[in-house]
Amino acid sequence: MNAHVDQRGMAIARDDAIAPGEVLLSVKNVSLAFGGVKAISDISFDIRKGEIRAIIGPNGAGKTSMLNVINGFYTPQQGTIVFRGVERRAMKPHHAVRQGIARTFQNVALFKGMSTLDNIMAGRSTLMKRNIGWQMLWHGPALAEEIEHRKAVEEIIDFLEIQHIRRTPVGRLPYGLQKRVELGRALAMEPTLLLLDEPMAGMNLEEKEDMSRFILDVNRQRGTTVALIEHDIGVVMDLSDRVVVLDYGKKIADGTPDEVKNDRAVIDAYLGVSH
Amino acid sequence: MTHEAASLDTFPKYLLLNADRFGDLPAMRHKDFGIWQSWTWKEQLDEVRAFALGLEAMGVGHGTKVAVVGANRPRLYWSIAALQSLRAIPVPVYADAVADEMAYVLDHAGVVMAIVQDQEQVDKVMACAERIPALGMLIYDEPRGLRDYDHSRLKSFEDVQKTGRGLLAADSRAARRWEEGVRAASGGDVSIMLYTSGTTGRSKGVMIRSGPAVAATRDTVEFDRLTEKDSVLAYLPLAWVGDHYLNYAQGYVSGFCVNCPESQETVAQDLREIAPTFYFAPPRIFESLLTMVTIRMEDASRVKQRLFATFVAHARKYGEAILEGRPVPLAARLFYRLGELMVYGPLKNVLGMSNIRVSYTAGEAIGEDLFSFFRSLGINLKQLYGQTEAFLYVTAQEDGKVRADAVGPAAPNVDIRISDGGEVLFRSPGMFTGYYLDDEKTREVLTDEGYIRTGDAGFFDKDGQLRIIDRAKDVGRLDSGALFAPKYIENALKFYPNIKEVVAFGDGRGFCGAFINIDLTAVGNWAERNNISYASYQELAGLPQVYEMIGRHVDETNLKLSREPMMAGAQVRRFLILHKELDADDGELTRTQKVRRGFIAERYAPLIEALYDGSREKFVETEVTYEDGRKGRIRATVRIADARVYEAAGETSHREAAE
Repeated sequence: MNAHVDQRGMAIARDDAIAPGEVLLSVKNVSLAFGGVKAISDISFDIRKGEIRAIIGPNGAGKTSMLNVINGFYTPQQGTIVFRGVERRAMKPHHAVRQGIARTFQNVALFKGMSTLDNIMAGRSTLMKRNIGWQMLWHGPALAEEIEHRKAVEEIIDFLEIQHIRRTPVGRLPYGLQKRVELGRALAMEPTLLLLDEPMAGMNLEEKEDMSRFILDVNRQRGTTVALIEHDIGVVMDLSDRVVVLDYGKKIADGTPDEVKNDRAVIDAYLGVSH
Repeated sequence: MTHEAASLDTFPKYLLLNADRFGDLPAMRHKDFGIWQSWTWKEQLDEVRAFALGLEAMGVGHGTKVAVVGANRPRLYWSIAALQSLRAIPVPVYADAVADEMAYVLDHAGVVMAIVQDQEQVDKVMACAERIPALGMLIYDEPRGLRDYDHSRLKSFEDVQKTGRGLLAADSRAARRWEEGVRAASGGDVSIMLYTSGTTGRSKGVMIRSGPAVAATRDTVEFDRLTEKDSVLAYLPLAWVGDHYLNYAQGYVSGFCVNCPESQETVAQDLREIAPTFYFAPPRIFESLLTMVTIRMEDASRVKQRLFATFVAHARKYGEAILEGRPVPLAARLFYRLGELMVYGPLKNVLGMSNIRVSYTAGEAIGEDLFSFFRSLGINLKQLYGQTEAFLYVTAQEDGKVRADAVGPAAPNVDIRISDGGEVLFRSPGMFTGYYLDDEKTREVLTDEGYIRTGDAGFFDKDGQLRIIDRAKDVGRLDSGALFAPKYIENALKFYPNIKEVVAFGDGRGFCGAFINIDLTAVGNWAERNNISYASYQELAGLPQVYEMIGRHVDETNLKLSREPMMAGAQVRRFLILHKELDADDGELTRTQKVRRGFIAERYAPLIEALYDGSREKFVETEVTYEDGRKGRIRATVRIADARVYEAAGETSHREAAE
């Protein structure tokens, strides 16, 4: 019975003044270089609240770098990022988490020896308010808080249908399930913006379908804005509201899936052109 | 039972009674969000009443048919009780049925409403809505994913309950009126309509009246002394008579607690946590448990392996005797105690079987070894034989009088006869009133004296236990007049792990012959360990060593058959190992992996001929269908081997028994 999940749990996304459809995050003229290598040059686009935004492009186009810029792992040499109306330049990933940005990784980055439950609980750590002293005592307020967090985690477990692996160390799980646990951990942070780096890489068709459904559900039911990088163009076109296409660190197209699909530059970048 | 039994002829009456006598005891548990949520009988009454009043407000009343589709969820069980309390007829439908089958059942039953579990079921029912013209509203349990659906035909379970609670709050007499309705209901109403699974043709709606249903349930509850202290894990398909009877019906009559698992994948864990006292599982589940235990023991340390081997061997020797209270030497008894501490106890704990008091298996033949393994651990595993038409029980084994090869004497108040053709007929307290809208089929199944034809062939053994040998239509006779029950012989051989499938022939012939399929995993493993190389199934199947091994199995089986008076005549005289695995893609098996005899006889006619004309080998060419749909041919020379036949034993005692 997930009955109460919908009413209570799904309203988790943090309150903020931005209405759905308005700009949640905008990237303005961002450039990033590693030494002489220009990973991203002069890119601008925005992510609107409540949408699923895809970032696509051939290998080495700068997609992951872009994601790393958004969640504060890289600091761009030029340009600005405005998140929820606040401009920022340098920051650390944990600041991004506090602001409501969570992500998953291209290669699964879970704590292999820990159970599914503990991994997702770890996602709650930034939300824990009691200090380490209380946590160690694990009594009174800290315990009450732990119960609250566990409740939130159980709702995510229920949401992602992973009850049967609650106690299984994630290292023993098949890849598709690990990806799902990783998504669960990101959701545990109750993000406003969820960044997914190739959520379907290496999955079979059935796992891809499952994952697509979860991403859509996260977006629809929890109201989470999603930005994702994905190579499976079919999936991207079906899932996303808008797509931005990068090639060699430059933006070559931006628009709805249909617009992008018929864009000459995109076709050339993906299929190559004879010179 | 202190209450007047005669007045208790519906399940909702038991609901009222239980809320009264067991008010604060748990009636239902469901693991949700990682915690076992529980409802007492009082709370269960409250939930059912609120839902029933909500349904009534939606127009559900006497005789209204409502489908119930989904997994084992408290709300779906409550739905059944709520419908029965309004004298409406619940029609549980298999949740995994494809849309087409579901449409047929819903339309045939004439349901005007469906209570379903989740989005999946809503989608399925909606997809074929135009083929079910009578169907109106859908009520769903889990709202997930349904937010954006058109709600003109959808309503949540909670909303219906809310309506009901509103009515209760507004009118103080509403609850009383509902209770009076329950008490006034008659046992002559149809309690439930259970659709057969439809392995043989279209599903048929079996109508069970509530008076007989309760009477049958009361008999078996007494038979196994089930009480409010017992508990079960409800994990079988909701629409199957077994689940409805063992969990719902027996739960209401005895007052035990029904536990619903978190999901289908967590059943094993949930079982461990709940450790039920009453447990039912088909043989294949016991088989997979044993396989799991065996595999995990192979990975265990040497000390543990030794410990396990020693104590399991001891249990095999004395365990069943101790379970049945037969005399056992003191030393053996003490050693068994030690085993309980070291091996049996922990093992049962892992399997979730620590508290089992009564356990049943049914559905197909169970191997002697498998059966006695679980019994030797101290688990009171028994067999029953039943049918939807009987509202489950036809026979059941009594504690202490248990055997693997028989299904027990008639259950309480059940009357069994064997027809002249060898078919099992019965009359039972819970028997059905007929198939819904199918009088012709009803007449086919009922005899003039009011017995139900089971379609199974069987006989009573010396100790009065029924033995089912095969489907009645498959049983034939050899030229000698000896009984030939192919499935019985096939099962006897299939209990060997090396043998995957067997097809026996013999009806109207001089002797019994068999096609055998080896089990590639088991035999392949054996070949690997014995340094025997092979490249394909075909090559492995043709190896002389494999023939030798299978020959030994056939020999042992013949010896076993020779000891059974009814079966001794049909020992396997010649056999061959098929050059390809029987496959559903080639039409040789049904999709549920059952052998299609007629088809195989036709396809392999030359091989059958070779079995009977005495040839040593035969060249055959067979068309096969690959998984991608392409066709190919395989050619092989199949060797035919002879097997030793034993003198029949106990011929005289058979005659006595047959008198």
